[in-house]
Amino acid sequence: MSQKKATREAYGEALAEFGGKYDLVVLDADLSKSTKTDTFRQKYPDRFINCGIAEANMMSIAAGIATTGKTVFASSFAMFAAGRAYEQVRNSIAYPELNVKIGATHAGISVGEDGATHQPIEDISLMRAIPGMVVISPADGYEARGAVEAAILHKGPVYLRFGRLAVPYVNEPDYKFELGKGVTLKDGSDITIISTGLMVKEALDASDILKNEGISARVINIHTIKPIDKEIIIKAARETGAVITAEEHNIIGGLGSAVAEVLVENFPVKMIRVGINDKFGKSGKPLALLEEYGLTASNIVSNAKKLLNK
Amino acid sequence: MNNKELMLIAYKVKKHVIDAVHSAGSGHPGGSLSISETLALLYFEEMQNLDINNPKNPDRDRFVLSKGHCSPALYGVLAEKGFFCRDLVKGFRQIDSCMQGHPSIKDVPGVDMSTGSLGQGISAACGMAISAKLDNKSYRVYSVMGDGETQEGQVWEAAMFAAHYKLDNLCAVLDFNGLQIDGNITDVMSPLPLDEKFKAFNWNVIYAEAHDFDSLRSGFAKARECKGKPSIIIAKSTKGKGVSFMENAAGWHGNAPNDEQYAIASAELDAVITELGGVG
Ligand SMILES: Cc1ncc(C[n+]2csc(CCOP(=O)(O)OP(=O)(O)O)c2C)c(N)n1
Ligand SMILES: [Mg+2]
Repeated sequence: MSQKKATREAYGEALAEFGGKYDLVVLDADLSKSTKTDTFRQKYPDRFINCGIAEANMMSIAAGIATTGKTVFASSFAMFAAGRAYEQVRNSIAYPELNVKIGATHAGISVGEDGATHQPIEDISLMRAIPGMVVISPADGYEARGAVEAAILHKGPVYLRFGRLAVPYVNEPDYKFELGKGVTLKDGSDITIISTGLMVKEALDASDILKNEGISARVINIHTIKPIDKEIIIKAARETGAVITAEEHNIIGGLGSAVAEVLVENFPVKMIRVGINDKFGKSGKPLALLEEYGLTASNIVSNAKKLLNK
Repeated sequence: MNNKELMLIAYKVKKHVIDAVHSAGSGHPGGSLSISETLALLYFEEMQNLDINNPKNPDRDRFVLSKGHCSPALYGVLAEKGFFCRDLVKGFRQIDSCMQGHPSIKDVPGVDMSTGSLGQGISAACGMAISAKLDNKSYRVYSVMGDGETQEGQVWEAAMFAAHYKLDNLCAVLDFNGLQIDGNITDVMSPLPLDEKFKAFNWNVIYAEAHDFDSLRSGFAKARECKGKPSIIIAKSTKGKGVSFMENAAGWHGNAPNDEQYAIASAELDAVITELGGVG
């Protein structure tokens, strides 16, 4: 469990693995070495199409290919896949309900040195607002692999959010990914930490720290942000009475918002959203950035205590 | 099909356009009337393996209306072809109809791609064309673009892509009517010279007259013969063609005729339809 892997790495390996099992076509926009679709390209060069630095075109191309019955993955950095090509994703892919999977890597501020222009913190918000779009944000390599296969098996558009940074595993190698199902990683009764992506590990660590201070914190991993697992969230709110969300995304529109929407309509409880506080990222080492922006176990802990008035 | 029969279909399409836009009280007659002949030729002569009983036939030639606002012409030609009942076209833009303001693949049989956001359709057409290449299939892909539409950067991304992957199974038609919403394309934001631009992007450029079937027919034949490059037919057209007061008038880009104007337009189109031996 000490070993680490970036979810983008697992994405590339999964494409190469599933390329033998399913009829996939993979598109990239001059970033295949970084998005790791290159792993697929090396194995299946005939089913890889480089679209050049033209993300908008790539999304509509993906849509056109999908109309002919193929399952298409289109990859770029999340900034450009969800940002630059937003309207193509919306109108060319999602509105016609085409079978395109957007493999978006380098999400969040853990991109590091490239800085704010390459650190999308709005992509979950953008993608989840599109009708019918499935949004998945895996926490580790095993989950990323499972998410890729689930995306292939799901008919229709899917947005997959992967990271650049190598992250520790939070799941076991035999992990079974279930689309739309949250996972309780740790039980607890005083508060629930609902997290996604690389913040799942921080949530687990926070729960350990809180335990030493006599606070029992449940940890839930929401890998599928849409459709969201309402049941697991409502149950946790009912049983623990307080919720913290933790995500590597703007606190506006992401996991925190999605959880708040569920709770406000079903079982309102005290809540704090831990995430990026509506500001742009910047250059720096990934871990230093995560620290500075409060995306850490210790910040989850302080917010948990604040919420519980402890 | 002979030219007279094609002309009859084109005028029936024009009639659908006017009927649809008038009954909806909105829509885009100008650019729909400029492509009626092109669509008639495509759907009744050029495109292969169309099957009205199996609109999704995998081996069919595909059509993408990149300038999706001209949906009334597409719905009209699909109705004439028999993909659905002609009366449906009158439901255009109505809340209980499948005839969306812009073509929707999910809603209308025979529509091969949802379009409406300019610049995206030509890319989707490239996607279909490269998919045929991946599968060694012989179907061809056609797409009609607007001249104003070429102001969209995505058109040029698609142009680069199509040439790079030698998509000779792709034939674009540029409806060169010289007008867009705000006026002449050369006043708004000149995309000219379009032929030289496409040549520079490594396309096979063909010139045609959009309201002349012999000219269009030979254009499509030249496109079919060209190997190793995508083709574009720059089809010189008259926006609003067939309705006297709509011809070459930017104001008729996206306006519906009132009852009085509708009566005049109908009478003009019916006269041609009757002359061609059809029932107006
Ligand atoms: C991306 C996008 N921007 C703006 C519009 C609004 N719009 C609809 S038609 C049109 C003008 C199109 O001109 P042209 O391509 O020349 O079409 P035609 O003259 O054939 O009708 C515009 C700006 C749109 N549909 N899509
Ligand atoms: Mg025009």
